[in-house]
Amino acid sequence: MKTILYIIQKEFKQIFRNKGMLPIIFVLPLLQLVILSNAATFEVKNIKFGYNDNDHTSTSRALVERFNASTYFDVLTDFPSEAIANSAMLKGEVDVVLEIPLYFERDLQKEKHNTLGVTINAIDGAAAGVMNVYVSQIIQRFNQHLKVDLFQISDKQVQPITIETIPLFWYNETLNYKTFMVPGILVLLVTMITLFLSGMNIVREKEIGTLEQINVTPIKKSQFIIGKLFPFWVLGMGLLTIGLIIAKLIFDVPMVGSLPLMYVYTSIYILVVLGIGLFISNFTETQQQAMFIAWFFTVIFILMSGLFTPIESMPKWAQIITEFNPIKYFVEVMRMVMLKGSGFMDILPQLLKTLLYALIMNGLAVWSYKKTT
Amino acid sequence: MKRFIGFIKKEFYHIFRDRRSLFILFGMPIAQILLFGFAITNEINNVDIAILDHSKDATTKEIINKISASKYFSIKQIIEKESDIESVFQKGHVKAVLNFEKDFSKNLIKEHKATIQIITDATDPNTANTISNYVNAILQHYQKDLNKDIVIVYQIVPETRMVYNPELKSVYMFVPGVMTIILMLVSAMMTSISITREKELGTMEILLVSPLKPFQVIIGKVFPYIFLSIINAIVIVMLSIFIFKMPVQGSLFLLALESILFIISALALGILISTIAATQQTAMMISLMGLMLPVILLSGFIFPISSMPIPLQIISNIIPAKWFIIIIKGIMLKGVGIQFIWKETLILLGMTVFFIAVSVKKYKIRLE
Repeated sequence: MKTILYIIQKEFKQIFRNKGMLPIIFVLPLLQLVILSNAATFEVKNIKFGYNDNDHTSTSRALVERFNASTYFDVLTDFPSEAIANSAMLKGEVDVVLEIPLYFERDLQKEKHNTLGVTINAIDGAAAGVMNVYVSQIIQRFNQHLKVDLFQISDKQVQPITIETIPLFWYNETLNYKTFMVPGILVLLVTMITLFLSGMNIVREKEIGTLEQINVTPIKKSQFIIGKLFPFWVLGMGLLTIGLIIAKLIFDVPMVGSLPLMYVYTSIYILVVLGIGLFISNFTETQQQAMFIAWFFTVIFILMSGLFTPIESMPKWAQIITEFNPIKYFVEVMRMVMLKGSGFMDILPQLLKTLLYALIMNGLAVWSYKKTT
Repeated sequence: MKRFIGFIKKEFYHIFRDRRSLFILFGMPIAQILLFGFAITNEINNVDIAILDHSKDATTKEIINKISASKYFSIKQIIEKESDIESVFQKGHVKAVLNFEKDFSKNLIKEHKATIQIITDATDPNTANTISNYVNAILQHYQKDLNKDIVIVYQIVPETRMVYNPELKSVYMFVPGVMTIILMLVSAMMTSISITREKELGTMEILLVSPLKPFQVIIGKVFPYIFLSIINAIVIVMLSIFIFKMPVQGSLFLLALESILFIISALALGILISTIAATQQTAMMISLMGLMLPVILLSGFIFPISSMPIPLQIISNIIPAKWFIIIIKGIMLKGVGIQFIWKETLILLGMTVFFIAVSVKKYKIRLE
């Protein structure tokens, strides 16, 4: 026991002695939490909008005014010709162009029906879909106004049947994106710090040659590993704590659920990450290799965690892969417990899978450690 | 010059002898781009929902059928009472509950109006909002059928044309982004660590007392990585063309030049990091912790920059990846030439020169 304590002491000293690393471990992640949480939103707003009005009548002006009044559309430009509008679209200056044809008003009065050209930059397909919905909504509302105002037709027809929908947004009525992203980004930062530090740590001793020296000392391997990894576990828990405080104080993220439950889960989760880190260390010869492998898995874990894009939309085979992604479970648990107040029984499946993962990874790590040294 | 070439040769040998690293360097980006190109999408499909039908009549059944027939939803659960809603959300099994009022059909016939509550788990605001919109659209369609006999006078119909990506494929959005993060991080990491490695192992001192000039040492170290990154870029572009059917509307030659420029800027950034960091570990933490999330989040790879708060939009300008993403999307999807992207190109060029200048300056200080 005493030996472990000495190693832990030594490792802590090593971490705190490296003045260059301290800001990277403590400041950088928290700074990113504060800044980047604001960046992650799928909301589509400030759409760059332009139009080409060939009609110049009160109807066409009234229609453009509708877009002007909407909060979604921004920077109204009247392009003198379609060609200029197209080139602005190529340059990325506008994302939506409305083309109003000549004799638009006249034809509308005559035929009661007319079409408008709408061009949307669809490189981001999802955003283009949303822009399309906004444009149609505005035109739809304009149609109703046409009927009533411009042509003074009273509504004497049979009342149409309507199905009224009442949307209710539970747990986040204002659809605030930050309450969703902050817990997720915190998960990433905790994972990255603990994985990178532990993954590099032992391979560094190998590369420099000090591992050989430790191997000839009377210390047991299990003691050595526990002593090595414990400081990172503490670091991860510490980072989680500071992150949660920031989430509450700066972002006012609701914390509906049980904090102890979150800590219990995190303490097991970090063991998974440390196991992976140790495993990587054992299979690499240089820090460079360790770093590339850690990077490879982190990018996959992040992008396939359901943190930024929904897992249900992935193809079946990819959904199966996500079952092996520890970050996925951590993100789920954090969001469930923090935002919805899910209890122990609700997160039991995730908890059990994580526990199993921790046992397997650490088992593998210890086994491979013995084998390679 | 001969000495210099000899040095570059030595560096090449070093890299190619290390099979494991090479395998990682080439294998990983390929695996990643394949995985992400096929798997990642920000579309919303197959969302699990639950139904709470207080009415259970012909109309509600018809509506439920329409909803389950759409590709957006799959009905996972039928619940019987309001108090169950909370628990299905807490278990995380469904994202929304459709709550049909009592006497739905009757109300529709008698009062021409009936209501449905769309209760969504809005912890994910985007999904919640989209679900709500999709349900609305399906109902709107259904209403139109019911109201067939009533003619609506005066109507403007928008004829929408989706340009550059008419099928709204999300892979067109993600492949350029994945390509960018791979090139950026692999290149920056490689150089940042290769020089600190020499420092840490003590071999840098030996290099510095050799007759090679310091900048020759650096160029010699970077050169093989330029070569490796270019091969990486070629492989990625080929994969995106042949496997993901990404179009290259513009000039392939221009794409190649721009990619080389981007690779050099990322490598230069790596050098800058290596002049600052004393150990490999520090260098790695700076390039991974410092670059990974900002590059993913602030480059426009996943989240639209125009929706971010203004200060973040300003910060996004210092992320080289942002400019490269604009450039490749322009060349591949829009088919633009240099006259449309010269500004972005100049910015990347400026950043590269800046990174190199600062590293040279820092480097000299270290020597004194």
